[in-house]
Amino acid sequence: MTAGPRRLLVGPFNRVEGDLEVGLEVSGGRVVAARVNASLYRGFEQILMGRDPHDALVYVPRICGICSVSQSVAAAFALANAAGIAPPPNGRLAVNLIHACENVADHLTHFYLFFMPDFARDAYAGRPWHPRVAGRFKAVTGQAAGQVLPARARFLEIMGLMAGRWPHSLALQPGGTTRALLPAEPLRLGFMIAEFRAFLERVTFGDRLESVASIASLDELTAWRAKPGAADSDLGMFLAVADDLDLGALGRATDRFLSFGAYPAAAGGHLFARGLTDCETVEAMDPAAIAEDATHAWLVEGEGPLPPFAGVTAPLPDKEDAYTWCKAPRYANRVVETGALARQMVAGHPLVRELVSRQGGSVRARVLARLLEIALVVPAMEGWARALRPGEPYCDSVRLPDQADGIGLAEAARGSLGHWLRIHKGKLQNYQIIAPTTWNFSPRDRNGQPGALEQALVGAPVGDDEKTPLAVQHIVRSFDPCMVCTVH
Amino acid sequence: MTDAGGPANILWLQSGGCGGCTMSLLCAETQDLAGRLAGAGLRFLWHPALSEESGGEALALIEDCAEGRRPLDVLCVEGSLLRGPGGTGRFHLFSGTGVPTIDWVRRLAARARHVVAVGSCAAFGGITSGGINPTDACGLQYDGHQRGGLLGSGFRAGDGLPVVNVAGCPIHPEWVVLTLCLLASGQMAEGDLDNLGRPRFYADHLVHHGCPRNEYYEFKASAEKPSDLGCLMEHMGCKGTQAHADCNQRLWNGSGSCLRGGYSCINCTAPAFEDPGHPFHQTPKVAGIPIGLPSDMPKAWFVALAALSKSATPRRVRENATSDHPRVPPEQKGQK
Repeated sequence: MTAGPRRLLVGPFNRVEGDLEVGLEVSGGRVVAARVNASLYRGFEQILMGRDPHDALVYVPRICGICSVSQSVAAAFALANAAGIAPPPNGRLAVNLIHACENVADHLTHFYLFFMPDFARDAYAGRPWHPRVAGRFKAVTGQAAGQVLPARARFLEIMGLMAGRWPHSLALQPGGTTRALLPAEPLRLGFMIAEFRAFLERVTFGDRLESVASIASLDELTAWRAKPGAADSDLGMFLAVADDLDLGALGRATDRFLSFGAYPAAAGGHLFARGLTDCETVEAMDPAAIAEDATHAWLVEGEGPLPPFAGVTAPLPDKEDAYTWCKAPRYANRVVETGALARQMVAGHPLVRELVSRQGGSVRARVLARLLEIALVVPAMEGWARALRPGEPYCDSVRLPDQADGIGLAEAARGSLGHWLRIHKGKLQNYQIIAPTTWNFSPRDRNGQPGALEQALVGAPVGDDEKTPLAVQHIVRSFDPCMVCTVH
Repeated sequence: MTDAGGPANILWLQSGGCGGCTMSLLCAETQDLAGRLAGAGLRFLWHPALSEESGGEALALIEDCAEGRRPLDVLCVEGSLLRGPGGTGRFHLFSGTGVPTIDWVRRLAARARHVVAVGSCAAFGGITSGGINPTDACGLQYDGHQRGGLLGSGFRAGDGLPVVNVAGCPIHPEWVVLTLCLLASGQMAEGDLDNLGRPRFYADHLVHHGCPRNEYYEFKASAEKPSDLGCLMEHMGCKGTQAHADCNQRLWNGSGSCLRGGYSCINCTAPAFEDPGHPFHQTPKVAGIPIGLPSDMPKAWFVALAALSKSATPRRVRENATSDHPRVPPEQKGQK
């Protein structure tokens, strides 16, 4: 008697932002096929139709409570692009600071609250590292959460100072930001960043941020782990778990990486470059190569994959062969992965490049890239705070045209976020959003290509008794998915 | 505390929202959020962003509550309830169950001792119900201004209270923490809720109270563009004089509020705030006079006082109102 593949329906997935369900086919103790369902539809693209273009600044942050500022930044960039303007220098720096604050806080939330608690589970009770990891990372009761939540809340006081509040600020405007820092306030900002740096260096890394950010190879990483303080740090603990469970061999997807570029620089370009890479070379990113395919989404399809400016979003809940509300964005018809790993691959971080060249994108590489990025971005924030020019404007007045198209491309913590808007007779005629997890958790397209997570899950081990397989959970969470953004 | 004396369970579900109320809750300014709740006899049975249990383990807990096998003390719902398409609730099937989330919420609410709507989406429908409301989104007990919503206007939780609407987009962390603690200690009665079910401890204030732009308001010295320091009511769409919340007294993320961040209050604690009938960033006017005047002030008086105060505006206030930093300092006594 031959048994067909065992089918598992896994959900609800908690410790991801929003709603996710994964259908698995399991054979021989491995996942052989996965279908990812983003199970919540709200219809922001429909809600925005016909509104005043400025209203997008109220609506889009509310797509997502964890990428709220990223959504605002993308909308502000798209409106600025439509108006043909750029913010003054202080506005650019303030946007970078506010955006970096959210992104770094998200990386921290992901590592401590969403990702690591899975290793504290009783299922790992036999592993040598388990007692320490359980004491530190157990969901709700672990000692780390008690340290991280206050540190995170203190760090987000930067939002109180510069953006009014977080999430859901209206401080981010096409012309810059609405809150100019007054005399002595840049110093307060500096105190806030310094306090957070001290927390990271004491707790997360056990070392100077610069020493962590500059680890340039696997050999240097090994040497770093032998330093006093490193092994006992949370990064050190993660690396020990990753070695023992071979997380470097788990969750490989397409190994083709996309970044829209993070944090605009004064001279043009970005702190982390825009581009695509297949691990060998980095190529320029052409927004015209992006199209969305709705073949397997409960949505109306166009004649073929549609470029976002021509994109359509209309529910079709009874559609055959559909299994998610998520469209399938493709770059030149190919599946790409986005996120901190992709950003650092495109930016050329040598350790990240070496990790991927040896084993491909993996659970270990994604999480390590995120932690390295914390160590890279906080010092950059210090530089932006120092560069603010007292007395100079933070925001220019902007008059939006009655007729225009605008693109806003930004990097949320979890990857590339694009807004495409069309203004017609002074109103929004179309508004299309492609979020990071839309890329990563997309369904199959009309050519049958599975999305990045669907590929990454194939081969994941599943125990005979497992109904919510742990390896699957590690892989899913390694992408730091944001499901509310995914479908919006 | 429960009747049995153990900690009271909180079950937290998310539906048609953004998760921002949970993210805001985690900004609570305390050294120990879990400890603060534990001190009030509360603990999370399951929270989608915080708990260990995933998949089947989580479903078992939720099913136990829905069947009454496990007591459910507090049901918190974040996000609006999606009734569409065509009343089926299929815009949000609860993951792993194939069952509409609205059906789970109806079953659980019928068992819960207290039911709390966390945020304006769960309270009234909120942002998700904006525009053409493609998903037929509503709140637990309101559909915009209309009583009813998912659970119906007559719904009462086990404690005898209607749904407690901790409205806000997002909520202030302390609004939720205090509401949960008041409920757990039996200190919240119907009279402690306003006529929209919002806890009066924060909803009996106006955003205007404690606004740092009060001097600009008094003199009607108005901002004209984003980042200006002046009052945002005359031109920039600010609804702080009508909005029920204590945002300028109970500050956000340390020292913040919308007004302190340089932008208008959009009245996010109110039903239907998402569709104000005008662009959010502009004040609608009739014959040059804003139509949204302070709700309990006679219009003629407002106009007369505004004209008088405008003519008495000091140069300092007038000039600073259209600047992003104070250009003219206050005069010192004896100085000329």
